Amino acid sequence: MATQDQNVTVHVRYVSPTVSIIDIEGEVTAFAETVLTNAYTAASTNSTKTIILNFSGLEYMNSSGIGLLVTLLIRMNRHHQRLFAYGLNDHYRHIFELTRLNEAISVYETEADAINAA
Amino acid sequence: MENAETPPTDIPPSGTPGIMQPRDATFWAQQGTNLRVSRAPDDAINLNVDGRRVASPLQGFGKMWQKTYRVRLEAAAVTPAEIIRAWKENFASFWPKGNHFYGPLTGIAPGEVALLNLKTGGMPLSTGVLVLYADDESFTLMTPEGHMFAGWITFSSFLEGNCPIVQAQVLMRASDPLYEIGLTLGGHKQEDNFWRYTLHGVARHFNADGPVTLQMICVDRRRQWAHARNIWHNAAVRTMLHTPARWLRRGRRNTAQPS
Repeated sequence: MATQDQNVTVHVRYVSPTVSIIDIEGEVTAFAETVLTNAYTAASTNSTKTIILNFSGLEYMNSSGIGLLVTLLIRMNRHHQRLFAYGLNDHYRHIFELTRLNEAISVYETEADAINAA
Repeated sequence: MENAETPPTDIPPSGTPGIMQPRDATFWAQQGTNLRVSRAPDDAINLNVDGRRVASPLQGFGKMWQKTYRVRLEAAAVTPAEIIRAWKENFASFWPKGNHFYGPLTGIAPGEVALLNLKTGGMPLSTGVLVLYADDESFTLMTPEGHMFAGWITFSSFLEGNCPIVQAQVLMRASDPLYEIGLTLGGHKQEDNFWRYTLHGVARHFNADGPVTLQMICVDRRRQWAHARNIWHNAAVRTMLHTPARWLRRGRRNTAQPS
């Protein structure tokens, strides 16, 4: 399942009954809210325990984008789900550390690492 | 008052051959999570910032709120970039009287640390902020441990139709149980008045004004009791405890001065 707006495209993959991956390509800003919310709704089935965000295609993120990730995380916590991430380059990994998102979202190098940890 | 920490070495400077920098690379602060105040004006109270870590809404204690304040600049012929440039340049002057923003001489730029001397409930409070992010049409300030709230506030401008909008959006939790009580007992109203005053100030700067709207969303109703110990860093308590020593120093200074 894929959704997009002008600057961001997301694609949802179901790895197993408990694990889904959201591939993100383009820009994560306030304008990505609807696309990201729809992707989460699609990725989250009755049995989903972990959602993994693939940031390999991330081209741009501002502070509103970080805010979106925080609210997504809160929503997932409410449903007792975990949020993982992989594919962050050094720059975005630094932003996760600076904003201390990495203390709540587990960050992995590769998709295989994230799936193994799920 | 720039941050004195050395940028991490894993982020190559833009222009490094062979390495593509993301477009947003220069908009983000480059240092670590610990703040450093390198220079403070003589009249500023410099407490509760040096060595403190920044705190996101995830590290706070109270309910998580997203509060969005907006004002429309009807009939103002100005671009969002011009609004943000003026807001950055005159940031402190838009604040209510009695509150001081000791910003860096170089202006609001990613990685800069500013001291805040505030009046909350008639009591002085010394804290600070990190400029987490700044581009042409927005900038974001992130709070350190001990601040009233853990989180950030993003100031932005954009067009709605042809009308410029000025917006301040806070994503935060009260940092500790004391602040959470304070927010419940009038703190939210005080904060709302603060940012309404500020947005009116920005609007008037462009010879425009209108009602400031507020959208308030409770993102998370749960309190994070694991973070109740944040109270150790409470900047209001620490500023109050420091007050007698400050009075004493001021008294000695006055006595030493020739009449």
